Amino acid sequence: MSASGETAVAIAAVVRSGRRSAVDVIDEHLARIEAHEGSVHAFNLVTAAEARAQAAEVDRRIAAGDDVGPLAGVPVAVKDNLCTNGVATTCSSKILEGWIPPYDATVVQRLAAAGAITVGKTNLDEFAMGSSTENSAFGPTRNPIDLSRVPGGSSGGSAAAVAADFAPISLGSDTGGSIRQPAAFCGVVGVKPTYGLVSRYGLIAFASSLDQVGPFADTVEDAALLLEVIAGHDPADATSIPQPSPSLVEHLDDGVNGLRVGLVTELIGDGIHPDVAARVREAAEALAAAGATVEEVSVPAVAYGLSAYYLIAPAEASSNLARFDGVRYGLRVDAPTTNEMMVATRTAGFGPEVKRRIMLGTYALSAGYYDAFYGQAQKVRTLIARDFAAAYDRFDVLLSPTTPTTAFGLGAIADPLTMYLNDICTIPTNLAGDCAVSVPFGTDRDDLPVGVQILAPSLGEVTMFRAARVVEAAAPARSSAATDGRFHA
Amino acid sequence: MPAHISRDDVAHVAKLARLSVDDAELDTFTAQLGAILEHAEDVEALDLADVPPTSHPFDLVNVLRPDEPGATLTSDAALAGAPQAEDGRFRVPTILGEAP
Amino acid sequence: MSAPTMPTDSLGNVITVAESDDVLVVEASDGSRWELVCGLEVHAELATATKMFSGAPNHFGDEPNTNIDPVTLGLPGTLPVVNQQAVELAARFGCAVEASVQRSVFSRKNYFYPDMPKNFQISQYDQPIVVDGRLELPSGHVVGIERAHLEEDTGKSTHVGGAGRIKGADHSLVDYNRAGVPLLEIVSRPHVRSAEQARQYVAELRSILVACEISDGKMEEGSMRVDANISVRREGSDELRTRCEIKNVNSLRSLVRAIEHEARRQAELHASGGTVTQETRHWDESDGRTHTMRSKEEADDYRYFPEPDLVPIDLGAERVAQIAAALPLLPAQRRRRLAEVTGEPVTAEAVVVTVERGQDDQAVAAIELGADAGRVLVHVVQNLAVDGGAELEPARLAELVELETSGDLTATQAKQVLAELVADPSATAAGVAKAKGFEAMDTGALEAIVDGVIAANPAEWEQFRAGDDKARKKLSGFFTGQIMKASKGQADGRAVAQLLAARSAG
Repeated sequence: MSASGETAVAIAAVVRSGRRSAVDVIDEHLARIEAHEGSVHAFNLVTAAEARAQAAEVDRRIAAGDDVGPLAGVPVAVKDNLCTNGVATTCSSKILEGWIPPYDATVVQRLAAAGAITVGKTNLDEFAMGSSTENSAFGPTRNPIDLSRVPGGSSGGSAAAVAADFAPISLGSDTGGSIRQPAAFCGVVGVKPTYGLVSRYGLIAFASSLDQVGPFADTVEDAALLLEVIAGHDPADATSIPQPSPSLVEHLDDGVNGLRVGLVTELIGDGIHPDVAARVREAAEALAAAGATVEEVSVPAVAYGLSAYYLIAPAEASSNLARFDGVRYGLRVDAPTTNEMMVATRTAGFGPEVKRRIMLGTYALSAGYYDAFYGQAQKVRTLIARDFAAAYDRFDVLLSPTTPTTAFGLGAIADPLTMYLNDICTIPTNLAGDCAVSVPFGTDRDDLPVGVQILAPSLGEVTMFRAARVVEAAAPARSSAATDGRFHA
Repeated sequence: MPAHISRDDVAHVAKLARLSVDDAELDTFTAQLGAILEHAEDVEALDLADVPPTSHPFDLVNVLRPDEPGATLTSDAALAGAPQAEDGRFRVPTILGEAP
Repeated sequence: MSAPTMPTDSLGNVITVAESDDVLVVEASDGSRWELVCGLEVHAELATATKMFSGAPNHFGDEPNTNIDPVTLGLPGTLPVVNQQAVELAARFGCAVEASVQRSVFSRKNYFYPDMPKNFQISQYDQPIVVDGRLELPSGHVVGIERAHLEEDTGKSTHVGGAGRIKGADHSLVDYNRAGVPLLEIVSRPHVRSAEQARQYVAELRSILVACEISDGKMEEGSMRVDANISVRREGSDELRTRCEIKNVNSLRSLVRAIEHEARRQAELHASGGTVTQETRHWDESDGRTHTMRSKEEADDYRYFPEPDLVPIDLGAERVAQIAAALPLLPAQRRRRLAEVTGEPVTAEAVVVTVERGQDDQAVAAIELGADAGRVLVHVVQNLAVDGGAELEPARLAELVELETSGDLTATQAKQVLAELVADPSATAAGVAKAKGFEAMDTGALEAIVDGVIAANPAEWEQFRAGDDKARKKLSGFFTGQIMKASKGQADGRAVAQLLAARSAG
C-alpha cells in the first residue's frame, strides 16, 4: 500500500476516473518521502520536479480523454542501475557519479507508456553486488521495519521504498536473489521473472546471463500488474523471449485447487532458521487447505548453486565492468599514461566488494582455469536446470524459504562468504532461468517479516502468481506493532 | 586443479583487471578469494565430462536485426559525459603501445 | 597411450603446410638455406549499411564521433543485437570458398585498450561461422582457409605531438566512428609459400569479396587489412618453427616486401644460433623492416567466454544452399570461362588481369558477338586499362575489333578510336574512324610506299632478304617503322608484313 493506503491498482483507478489528480497523488508521496527519507535512505536521487511535471502531463491527458495506461498516476521507484534519459544513473558507484544516460531503459519507457510516474532512483549495493545495500558508495539503506537492520540487497532501496510507502510499486533487478531477498526482509512482494521475459536493455549489467528486472509491490496483484507492464519481447535485447507480455492479473484468482506443490527438501533443513522454516510449512498448509496437494521433493543439484553462481556471476561481471575506465564517461583519476589512468580510475572508483568480484571473475576466466571454473560452473547450470525440470514434471510449483534468516543488523556480517550464504535459496532459480516470487508470510520471534518463495518453471508466471495470491490471502496480518514501528530503530 | 589462489595470482588478476592493490589489500583479498574458491571445490570435484554447458537459460537461436539505420547520437551528446574531449574526440593521456 | 602431440590450429586440427613448386628460399650469411611458411589473416570490413551490433551507420570518412549510438559507445546498459546482413555476407563468403557454414557462437575477447568502448571485443572464437574452405590462386596453387569469423572493429586513435606517432605523443584522441563496424576475419592455413603467392592470395580474396559484394576491399581505406604469420624452416624439412605475426601491412607491395624481409630476418636469427620469439611485429614501410610491437610480459590472456548477451547463429543447410545458389560467377570460374573463349591458358597474364579488373564480362560478350578474341584481349588489357578498367559496351568493342580485323583500321588507329568511344558513349567505331579520316589504304598506294622504302634502303633490304631469322626479325621492325612513318600511321601492320614477305620471296 502507498502513502494514501492505496494499491497501485486503486490509485490508477481513481486517477483514470478523474476523481483524483495524479499531481495530488505524487505530492502526497513526495511529502512522505520528504518526511522519512532521511532515516531510510531508500533513494540516491528523488526526482520531485520531473515527477510533478509528468503527473501534470498525465492529468492533462486524462482531461483530454486519452487512455493514459494501466498505471496512470502511480508513483514508482526505479533501481539506480536502470538507465533514465537525462537523469543521473549511478549504480551506487563512485565510478559513475555524475553520469547522465542519453537514453531510457526499455522498462523505464514501458513504465512511462503505462502512465506511471518515476519518483526517484533507489539505492543498491554497488553494481548490484551484495545482499544488504551496505555496499553502496552513497551509504546504506535502512530497513523501514527496523532501522537498525538492513533491507537486504542488492535492490534494498526499491524494497525499502515500497515498505516505507514512498511508492506502491518499484523496480529492482535480481541476479541471485536481489529482488526476492530484500522483499523478504522488508515484508513486501518481489518477483524474479523468467530469464528473457523482461528486457534487460538499459539495465546496467552485473551478470548478463542471470540478470532480470522485476517488480516490488505491497500486494501480489500490484506485482502482477507491474510485471505485465514491463514484460514482453524487446528487439533491443537478443535474449528477450519473442512473446508478448503474459496476462497475469486475469488469472490471479483462479485458485490452487488440484495444483501440485513441492516443498524443496534441500532448502528447508540445515541452515534455515526454525522460525522461517515454520512459516514456510504453514504456507504449505495454507495451499493444501485451498485445494493443492503438497509433498516434499528433492532437487539435489541446488546444493551446488552457490558455488556455481560465485564463479559465473563474477566472471561475467569482470567483463561487463571493464568498460568503466575513465575514457568515455564517469569518473577519471588523472595519470601520465592511459593505462595508469585506467588503473587509478578503477582503483578509486570501485568499492571493495566490486573489486573482489572482478578479481574472482578475472581469475575464473583466465588462461588455464576456464575449464575448471567457468566451464565447470556452466555445466552445473545444466545439472540444476535438469533437476528442476525433473521436479516440474511432478509439481506445478515449488515452495521454499526466500532467505535462511530474517533481516540482520547493519554491520552484522563482515565476512563475504557468510554474506553470500544469504542467497542460497534464491540463486538456483537464476541459474536455471526460471521464475520465483517472494511473498511475505508472518514474522519471526522478533516480529520481523518472513518471505516464502514460490518457484515455477520457465514462463510459469501465471501459475506462480495464482499460488502467491493464495499464500498472500492466508498470511497472518503483520502485527500492528510491527507496522507502527516503522522508521524506528 | 587449483585448490586456492596465491598472493601472486591475486596480484596477476588485479593487473589484468586494471586494479591496483597494496600489500595489505593483497593479503585480505587472497584470504577472501581463497575462502570462496575453497567453497567452490564441491563444483570442481564433480565429474561432468558428459554434461553440456548452459550459457543461456532460454534456448534461442538466430536473433537477428535487419540492416537498417537507427537513431544516432550527436558528437556533442556523445562527448557530454567525457572526462576530457578535444576536437570532437575523447581525449586520453599518452598510450603506451599499439593494440594487441 | 600417448601419441606424439602434433601442433594444432585454433579449431584443434593438425596443422599442415602446403607443398608448392614456388617456395621462397632465403640463404643466410652462413650459407644455410631456409624456406618460408606463411599464413595470412585478412580483416575485411563488411559492406553493410549499419554496424555489427547496432543501427549506427557503417560509413567511412565522416566527422569524428557522429556514426555512433549508445551501443557503439558501449554505454552502460546497452546490448548488442546481430546484424542479419553481416551474417548473410559471412555465409556468402563461406560458400564462395567452398567452406562449411556452421552453427556459430559469439564470444568476448577481453583486453583493455582505449579504442575499444567496452574493453572487450565481441568476436567468434571456438565456433566460427565459416570453417575449412579453399582458395585457388591464378597460378593454380590452392591455399586452405582454416576459418572465417564475424567480429566488431575498434575505434581509431590519433596521436597529438610526437609527429603523430604513438611513440612520443603528448596525448591521444579517440574517434569511435569505426567501432562496431562488422569485420570478417579470414584465416588461411600456412599454405602460402612465397611472397608472390601471398600477393595473389590477397588479390584473389579481394576479387571474391568485391564480386560477391561482401566488402569494398579497399586496402587504402583500411577496409581490408592483412596480417601475415611468418616462420621459416630448413629447406626441405617438415618442422614447424616459432612464427611472428606481422601487422600494419597496408598494400600488396608492402606485403611482398614485409614477407621477404621477415623471412630473411628469421633465417639470419636461426642461422646465428638465436631464437625467434613468438610475438607481434609491426611493418614499417619507411625503413622496410619489422619491429617488435610490445613486450612479452603483456602475455595474451584474453579470457574468452561465450557472449552472454547474444545467442547462437545457425542458418541451417537449406538457407546456406540458397545463399550458395545465388552466388555470382567467382574469379576462378571467370578465368576458366575467359580462357575457354579466348583459347589462352587459364594462367595467362591477360586472362588473370582481365578478370582481376572485372573486365571479363565485357570481353566474353564482345567475343561472343564474333569479335577476334586476341584483339579483344589486347584492347581490354592494354587500351582499356585507364583507371583500372574503363567501360565499353561489348557491341561497340566488337564493332571496333571487326573494323580492325577486316583491315579497315590499323592497330594504332583502333587504339585512337577506342579512346574516343570511351570518352563519348554515343559515338560508333565507324563514325569515329570516318571523322578522323581513317580509311583503309588501298593496296596500290601501300605497295607504292613499300617499294619506295625498299628502294631508299638497299643495303638493309639485302640484309633482310639474305639474313637469318634473327636478322630478319630485327630488320622487319625497321622496315615496318619506316613504312608506317611514310604512310602517316595509316598502313595496316598485317598488310605490311605480308607485302614485305612477298617482296623478299619474289
